[in-house]
Amino acid sequence: MIPALSIEHLSKIYENGFEALKGISLTVQQGDFFALLGPNGAGKSTTIGIICSLVSKSGGQVSVFDIDIDKDFPAAKRHIGIVPQEFNFNQFEKPLDIVINQAGYYGLPQKTARQRAEHYLRELGLWDQRKVQSRMLSGGMKRRLMIARALVHEPRLLILDEPTAGVDIEMRRSMWEFLQQINHQGTTIILTTHYLEEAEALCRHIAIINHGEIVENTSMKSLLRQLRRETFVLDCVEDLPDRVTIDEFTARRVDCHTLEVDVEKGQHVNDVFAALDRQGIHISSMRNRANRLEEMFVKLVEGAS
Amino acid sequence: MNFREQYIAFKTIVRKEIARYLRIWTQTLLPSAITMSLYFVIFGTLIGSRIGNMGGFSYMEFVVPGLIMMAIVTNSYSNVVSSFFGSKFSHAVEELLVSPASNVVILMGYVVGGVSRGILVALVVTLVSLFFTRLNIHSYVIVVGVVLMTSTLFALAGFINAVYANSFDDISIIPTFVLTPLIYLGGVFYSMDLLPHFWANVSKLNPLVYVVNAFRYGVLGVSDVSLPVALAMITFFTVLAFAYCMYLLNSGKRLRQ
Ligand SMILES: Nc1ncnc2c1ncn2[C@@H]1O[C@H](COP(=O)(O)OP(=O)(O)OP(=O)(O)O)[C@@H](O)[C@H]1O
Ligand SMILES: [Mg+2]
Repeated sequence: MIPALSIEHLSKIYENGFEALKGISLTVQQGDFFALLGPNGAGKSTTIGIICSLVSKSGGQVSVFDIDIDKDFPAAKRHIGIVPQEFNFNQFEKPLDIVINQAGYYGLPQKTARQRAEHYLRELGLWDQRKVQSRMLSGGMKRRLMIARALVHEPRLLILDEPTAGVDIEMRRSMWEFLQQINHQGTTIILTTHYLEEAEALCRHIAIINHGEIVENTSMKSLLRQLRRETFVLDCVEDLPDRVTIDEFTARRVDCHTLEVDVEKGQHVNDVFAALDRQGIHISSMRNRANRLEEMFVKLVEGAS
Repeated sequence: MNFREQYIAFKTIVRKEIARYLRIWTQTLLPSAITMSLYFVIFGTLIGSRIGNMGGFSYMEFVVPGLIMMAIVTNSYSNVVSSFFGSKFSHAVEELLVSPASNVVILMGYVVGGVSRGILVALVVTLVSLFFTRLNIHSYVIVVGVVLMTSTLFALAGFINAVYANSFDDISIIPTFVLTPLIYLGGVFYSMDLLPHFWANVSKLNPLVYVVNAFRYGVLGVSDVSLPVALAMITFFTVLAFAYCMYLLNSGKRLRQ
């Protein structure tokens, strides 16, 4: 199957010389719900900006449903719906006009545009506000307006840049449900977020980006497993045998006096000691191995709060 | 997008542009009507009666075409510059930039919006002028042609200004310090015959001279410069401005990061 999005060695150097993306590669399969997670300034919006043509790339390739944006950007754009991080509509226009006009820019005839606009404004709970000036809407409503606008041409790939920033918990849940529903109907969704919780609730795959580099790209399940695991480094008194096995634990022999053991959530460190004791191995000292991902998340959480 | 879809996108932009200036008509349509009426009263009636003939016509008859042209130039320019800069400033221009609408469609959508305002205001000003003078059109073809070309030219110029502008100050600097002086020195109020030889020649560098005179020829049948030269000049500047706008859009300068 053709991937919904394929990015290869994508790089971006802004005019001031700042290197925001250092050759990232990423593939999102059709039908996926994909999270792009990363702290402030990681390069999430830059990546999205390139995909939807608001930022020009410095190098690399981007294809949307196998259409190379360098070859036929207009064709690629038809498949993309974009919900940007910042509000980018005319605050003096009315929600209904904003959505209908957007449909027009994609070449939809008036009648279809009106029907779709009504459908999506109703879905997103904005129908009653369709004729007020957009600046009168609350922050959460404005964000939903941008979602309705992004869906009016029924894109196959919906990209949302921090859709739930500044949205209260109740609204966030209903937005999640709405996105899940759209995803079930076949729309591929990519969203950026600072919240692991959000990615966990919605996404099947996740890429973590930091300083313009992808530091992790895996399934949500395996990421969570990694996060729940702690690795201990044990210094042993006796010389270790070539192979060390400890019942339910994963152990790695680093050198003849050092052992690494993974402890999952729910397992007990005591059992490690007991098992080693039975094999006549004694521990002189022990420390946590720094968890790269965990460090990332501490940063993420600090950044978000 | 196929041609039909591009046409829908174009119509959408034009319709939105027209809705915009109609919505804020007190800022877009009314000021020109008032200013021009004042010009008619002061220059045409009060002062004009003392000036006597200019270029073989009563002063009132002489200034009316120039004043109508002035309304067209300023309105088509300022419609595009404020609308496009406004959407750049609010980032609403991204709605268009992320869509598959082509650059020429985006440009022409804004230009036709500006042209339509120029023409609408011109009609209002013409109606007002009928309270003060009679208008006998010498050549409708030339009048219509010059109006369309001129409003297109200045709508394009407004677009260039909007692309380069970074602040609301930037969109009033050019109209105040460049456009208005060029209009005043473009022969709206006087015939080039009145100028010393040297200044008459310098004036030939001013595109507004061709615009005003071509239009005056269409209305009155007289012009300070030769008509073919004037039309060629207007065409030349329009093509140049169009090419430059397309270059700006295609290169993404100041619109995409
Ligand atoms: N126009 C620009 N010129 C120069 N540097 C820029 C520009 N836009 C963004 N940057 C820099 O590029 C880096 C990546 O920015 P980007 O907006 O992609 O981050 P982000 O991951 O979306 O962050 P956030 O979570 O805060 O939205 C940042 O360091 C930012 O300062
Ligand atoms: Mg961002």
